[in-house]
Amino acid sequence: MTFNIYDLTSFNQWVDKTLYDSLPAFWAMIIEMTLIGVAFLLFYALIGLFLVYAERKVCAFIQNRVGPNRVGPYGIFQTIADFIKLLMKELIPINKADKFLFNLAPFIVIIASFMAIAAIPFGLGLHAIDFNIGVFYVMAVSSLGVIGVLLAGWSSNNKYSLIGAMRSGAQIVSYELSVGLSMVTIVILAGSMQLSTIVEAQRDGWFIFTGHVPALIAFLIFIIASTAETNRGPFDLAEAESELTAGYHTEYSGIKFAFFFLAEYMNMFIVASIAATLFWGGWMPLHIGGWAGFNTVMDYIPPFFWYMGKTMVVIFIMMWFKWTFPRLRIDQLLKLEWKYLLPINLFNIILMALIVLLGWHF
Amino acid sequence: MNSIITYLKELFGGIKTLLKGMMVTGYYFVHPRSIITQQYPENRKTLQMFDRFKGQVSMPHDENNLHKCTACNICEINCPNGSIEVISKQVEKADGKTKKELDTYIYKLSMCTFCGLCIKVCPQDAIVFTPEFEHAVFNQDKLIKTLNKPGSSLKEKVKEPINII
Repeated sequence: MTFNIYDLTSFNQWVDKTLYDSLPAFWAMIIEMTLIGVAFLLFYALIGLFLVYAERKVCAFIQNRVGPNRVGPYGIFQTIADFIKLLMKELIPINKADKFLFNLAPFIVIIASFMAIAAIPFGLGLHAIDFNIGVFYVMAVSSLGVIGVLLAGWSSNNKYSLIGAMRSGAQIVSYELSVGLSMVTIVILAGSMQLSTIVEAQRDGWFIFTGHVPALIAFLIFIIASTAETNRGPFDLAEAESELTAGYHTEYSGIKFAFFFLAEYMNMFIVASIAATLFWGGWMPLHIGGWAGFNTVMDYIPPFFWYMGKTMVVIFIMMWFKWTFPRLRIDQLLKLEWKYLLPINLFNIILMALIVLLGWHF
Repeated sequence: MNSIITYLKELFGGIKTLLKGMMVTGYYFVHPRSIITQQYPENRKTLQMFDRFKGQVSMPHDENNLHKCTACNICEINCPNGSIEVISKQVEKADGKTKKELDTYIYKLSMCTFCGLCIKVCPQDAIVFTPEFEHAVFNQDKLIKTLNKPGSSLKEKVKEPINII
């Protein structure tokens, strides 16, 4: 067995070969799928817990507070304590609610984010499914979550939930366009929709540098639109606390609420990792064409850490503007999309196409 | 053409103001010293309360154990919760006159809402708010406090000469 932290492909092949050699093909496949599923579940839970803690700390520092600091050193066990509390809470049945849809909604939300995480390249060889339409798949799957949100709002028998869900629907329909078009800008530059190819194409420089102006504009639009797509502030109209108590998850309690809560953070993580993959090179270390010494030094940091670091920076930017800007009104939200982001995006695609055709990128 | 200029002006003006906001919050994020939360039980020894903090009503006494309360009862009348009770006594002075003086000033902390009316109306400025805030006790009776110290008496006003202009 060869275990190389910089390239896990050989390790994966070794596991695969050992399983298929010692077991019938069917059981080997089942075990492999279970292993990957368990790995993702663990990753999902850990990242969810960490992001809730990070959000509370970042928000606290931005607002001149300390944040969680009582449970464990610097409050690092706060989210675990919160999660245990949520698990022990009573699941309150709602009168006249549509029981089936009410119970189904949190699962749809969480399954949508689960499906998206499968196609994300975490590192060389740490990639569950490498579709040739990876970008398209992630975009399609991550927008499935809105079905869960709409179902939750519809089945709760509560006006606040319904208004929140309807706002969320209007928001996703408009902002999905901007997310898609800014991804298309990068797909034009990369010439591929396969996430592994996109990462490989950034070996000599990340797309945000090689694509210069249009890539930068696309990155800004992607960050804004994807924040709106994940229903985070300043676009959190779907759960505007001051107007709608908690929006679509008003009636949920206990573990079902925890599902919505976790899915929100995981969607943020997915969106941030897509941004890191498309614009900042995913797990690819920072390479500057021609600087061989610098490149080798950068290669010593394992790809997974590059990937996590970039994702965390994007997540920090998203948290930063969540806790800085006030919430938009629904008309301002739609105006921002249809009057500003969409025209700029369309213009940006033409600009990118011209630059690629004329070879003006690095 | 004009509308395009307005559009671009709005766009870049918006981006500029958003960045300005992010600069402020970013400054706070990288300056942990700007945190204003007090870590109370840990910093109990060094905690500085604020002058205007309404901790509890108290009656300042000077070094000769003299206070300024004339037992006029205005604070008791003005208290909306009945948390003040002023008990006065008649004292015979050296020159044979009897005078009303403060006997006990009872302040029931458990009933006080810290509205500050008693302090506002006091004509002698005899009572003030002090910033002590650790009021927890095991027995409810301890919340009934006597504000004037034992053996204290009224500080006589020095008669100021009246200037006739």
